[in-house]
Amino acid sequence: MNRRTLLAAGASLAALPLILPRGAAAQAAQITGAGATFPNPVYQKWAEAARAATGIQVNYQSVGSGAGINQIRNRTVDFGATDAPLKPEQLAEANLLQFPTVMGSLVAIVNIPGIENEQLRLTGELLADIYLGKITRWNDPRIVDLNRGLTLPNLAIAPAYRADGSGTTFVWVSYLAAVSPEWKEKVGVGTSVRFPAGTGARGNEGVAGTVRQVRGAIGYVENAYAITNRLVTTQIRNKAGNFVKPSHESFTAAAAAADWSVPGFAANIVDTPGPDAWPIVAPTFILLPTNPTDPARSANVRRFFDWAFANGDALAKELEYIPLPQATKDAVRGAWRNQFGA
Amino acid sequence: MGDVIFEWACKGAGLFVLVLLGAIIVELFIAGLPAFRAFGLAFITSADWDPVQEVFGAGVSIYGTLVTSILAILLAVPLAFGVAFFLTELAPPWMRRPVGTAVELLAAVPSIIYGMWGFFIIAPAFGTYIQPTIIDTVGELPVIGALFQGPPFGTGLFTAAFILAIMILPFIAATMRDVFEQVPPVYKESAYGLGATTWEVMKGVVLPYTRISVVGGVMLGLGRALGETMAVTFVIGNANRISSSLFGPGNTIASLVALEFGESEIGSLKLASLLALGFILFVLSFIVLAISRWLLRSRLKA
Repeated sequence: MNRRTLLAAGASLAALPLILPRGAAAQAAQITGAGATFPNPVYQKWAEAARAATGIQVNYQSVGSGAGINQIRNRTVDFGATDAPLKPEQLAEANLLQFPTVMGSLVAIVNIPGIENEQLRLTGELLADIYLGKITRWNDPRIVDLNRGLTLPNLAIAPAYRADGSGTTFVWVSYLAAVSPEWKEKVGVGTSVRFPAGTGARGNEGVAGTVRQVRGAIGYVENAYAITNRLVTTQIRNKAGNFVKPSHESFTAAAAAADWSVPGFAANIVDTPGPDAWPIVAPTFILLPTNPTDPARSANVRRFFDWAFANGDALAKELEYIPLPQATKDAVRGAWRNQFGA
Repeated sequence: MGDVIFEWACKGAGLFVLVLLGAIIVELFIAGLPAFRAFGLAFITSADWDPVQEVFGAGVSIYGTLVTSILAILLAVPLAFGVAFFLTELAPPWMRRPVGTAVELLAAVPSIIYGMWGFFIIAPAFGTYIQPTIIDTVGELPVIGALFQGPPFGTGLFTAAFILAIMILPFIAATMRDVFEQVPPVYKESAYGLGATTWEVMKGVVLPYTRISVVGGVMLGLGRALGETMAVTFVIGNANRISSSLFGPGNTIASLVALEFGESEIGSLKLASLLALGFILFVLSFIVLAISRWLLRSRLKA
């Protein structure tokens, strides 16, 4: 008996008391997944709801995108999840199919005395220069120029970033690299990068805590996190030149403008051109083996996400995620059919 | 028959530890080999840690590990000495039990608790009250001022060292107290009889008698400080840069490994570098242990 069957046996034993009274569900299909922490809340909600509706029991472990990629490469789980998309050649090499499930957005959070939620106006170039350590005080003329109505104090800017490798950082630096050639050249894009300035903190809660505690701090977190913790967010100027506030409308506008017809659905949704588009939105991805060891489990993974595409939008919105456009969902289903047949 | 089984069981247990230790070292070294191959000896000194360009160096984290650990020892040893001295010589008998137990309980607090306490209470307090004052006064001085400059984040090398000092305090204090108590009363009484003050007894009788075990206790604390992960990660600022200021952010080997591990793919140079870092930490701890042995030996001979 290898470790995996032992684990599976243990898991089914643990689930026994829950399943038994329901009789018919006793042969509940189990699937396991591991990876990104960013979509974890919505995957858990979907798993809970899908279990009642489809009988598929999803065990998702939010161990981080990198670990998720490792686990699906070794086939120790049925599906992997990652925030940073894999390149087509990486997918081919590991025999993986990649598809998006849901989108999320990032917001900038600040702690400046006298500045309230959604008041401060920033641009991508300014954010890049702040994180490059080139703009160091809040009363810098370039910031003051954009915020004529506000009194900005002569206070040092303390940029805070995620110290742990994370998909959140990947999306944030993708945006900075998209708007600032200097960022692209000097720092680049990755789940962890060499930040030229500022201080690192662990997890969303660490960044939020640092920003809350340090006067003059700026940080970046997922929108859902900013909302539930009532953090002070900013407006950001988008590609069309308009200052937009973080809202469900501006996020959806960004998603609608994205081009999904790229290999692996690795759509670039940062800095999209729509007039009302929020500039920092990103999809999160699932990795599914194209040569599954157990086709039945692989089919159940697809059934689960098919159910989520059809019924999961409301749950996703509740948690401040952005559902995929209908056309994208259909394209994903098409990719499944191409790969696995009906 | 029973004796033979017992003998082999004990031998087995001893050998098992040895084999396990050896296996860990070898495994870490082999897994870290790609990093050593790619960067050579410069891996140890290079201050570059750039996951995007796949350039890795251990310089920053080795520096951070050493600075925080040594600073922690500098802060903790006088305090531990005071605690032990107080408990064995000065405290009224009814106070010894509660204070002694309190110090021992400090050792039982999980490190994540120290981390949260450091992040939510100590770091803001440092950043608001202590650091601005020091930056404006000591930071203005020539030469040593450079050690105390920069924005008052609250987190950083110094805060990490402070938290570490509190974490290792109970180990050092408990060792010191135990060995101070083992000094034969007749020695101390003779010294007192010759008219020595309490401090003179401490300096002239107790410390020389217990020197070896005191050094051992300090090394025990240092060993713990080198490898502490969770609490340090919360408060060190996690920046892969060497800053001249003690208030600046930094990184330690253990916290860097903990933070980056989840996002490192199998077979990547990053994972190899992290494992190589683990190997270096192992070697560092080994060196500390060796130095303490060497120190003890020279004292024994003297």
